[in-house]
Amino acid sequence: MASAKEMKSVLFGPIFANNPIALQILGICSALAVTSKMSNTVVMCIALTLVTAFSNLFISIIRNHIPSSVRIIVQMTIIASLVIVVDQILRAYAFSIAKELSVFVGLIITNCIVMGRAEAYAMKSPPFMSFLDGIGNGLGYSIVLLTVGFIRELFGSGSLFGAQILPLASEGGWYVPVGLLVLPPSAFFIIGGFIWVLRTFRTEQVEPKE
Amino acid sequence: MSKKNDSLGKTIFVVVALCLVCSIIVSGAAIGLKPTQKKNAALDMQRNVLAAAGILEPGMDAAQVYNERVESMVVSLKDYTEVEDKDPTTFDNRKAASDPETSTDVPRSEDIASIGSREDITQIYIIRNQETNQPETVVLHIRGYGLWGTMYGLLALSADDMNTVKGLNFYEHGETPGLGGEITNPKWVQKWIGKKIYGDDGKVKIELVKGGASEDATYKVDALSGATLTSNGVEHLFQYWMGPNGYKPLLDKMREGALING
Repeated sequence: MASAKEMKSVLFGPIFANNPIALQILGICSALAVTSKMSNTVVMCIALTLVTAFSNLFISIIRNHIPSSVRIIVQMTIIASLVIVVDQILRAYAFSIAKELSVFVGLIITNCIVMGRAEAYAMKSPPFMSFLDGIGNGLGYSIVLLTVGFIRELFGSGSLFGAQILPLASEGGWYVPVGLLVLPPSAFFIIGGFIWVLRTFRTEQVEPKE
Repeated sequence: MSKKNDSLGKTIFVVVALCLVCSIIVSGAAIGLKPTQKKNAALDMQRNVLAAAGILEPGMDAAQVYNERVESMVVSLKDYTEVEDKDPTTFDNRKAASDPETSTDVPRSEDIASIGSREDITQIYIIRNQETNQPETVVLHIRGYGLWGTMYGLLALSADDMNTVKGLNFYEHGETPGLGGEITNPKWVQKWIGKKIYGDDGKVKIELVKGGASEDATYKVDALSGATLTSNGVEHLFQYWMGPNGYKPLLDKMREGALING
């Protein structure tokens, strides 16, 4: 069994030290698409974290039996099955959110984080550690998405989780929303800002000059 | 990884076994959750109808109110009579519109709302007054192309004159959030209430205008700022669906008391 320290680093490492979005720049597309509202963002984060964790777990369980010639296909099959299950569950129990997330749940299949962790970690590590690694990377993804979602919804629509926080000028309040923030490209700027702040504090993440 | 793993037999065995297990899980989830999903979709449409009619309140039991007050019926848009052999509780408007059996292609010259084909049978909803049981509101399916895709909506008209707008609910669209997406903004939808569709000559007179329509302009609604194409789309779909190829003949008949007093 792995030591507690190692478990901790696998679980919490991806949040700041080795963040999949900020350092590895993986999984950006969904970060742009689903972050205009906090409620969607939270559901997406949970969905991705679960898929990463369980795909890591299952791939790790059968890792010693996967023929290397078809390993990517095997990983994809497992990931795709999990994503379909998650999508079906969302449609059954969170219908309105599932409707808004629509294709982006399905696109978790192509999210590089899931595949990247399966290939880079779960193929070489025992099941429990792989599971933790999946949760950890899901959390790393979530922290970026939640930050982006928070900024976008608060300043783009003046609300959080759909509840109005800043009274909008168009409805008699004083706040004029930033229209750019409701559009997907704004997430680029926010992620850029996030990476900047992160690398200011953790200078070891700055790439050497070429 | 041992060499044994890469043998042909092992590869085929692993792939087949994996496919079997995964397909069982996926189909199990799909079939097991289907009843709940269907219920959700039906409930969602009921909520949309209530929202269009302006009687949906947060926290209310939408299914119960719907069952109490809403009567849905399938009507033919060819002879404008009720289609008795279709069950309105399971009728799918969307399916009827895309199925060649139950729809007609719209000639391009008439297709102002860019819908491609129009259903021959559709579902309408009649909402009755709680006390007098008189028909109060009629809710109709409308749709048309906006900027990015088809906007699906429900239009509520007053049952008294089949002309005054009581509510508008675009429940599915792909318009730009913050611009065209404002078609779902309650503040904008509010502007529609009380407007009239047809002028005295029976032609569709409602239009979207830029620069602000005054509250009492009967046939003018504010266009959405920064969303000219979406606004045009909304205007076009009103012209189509309220026109002679859409619901006009049906509404004329209903105004004389057909269907709604049955």
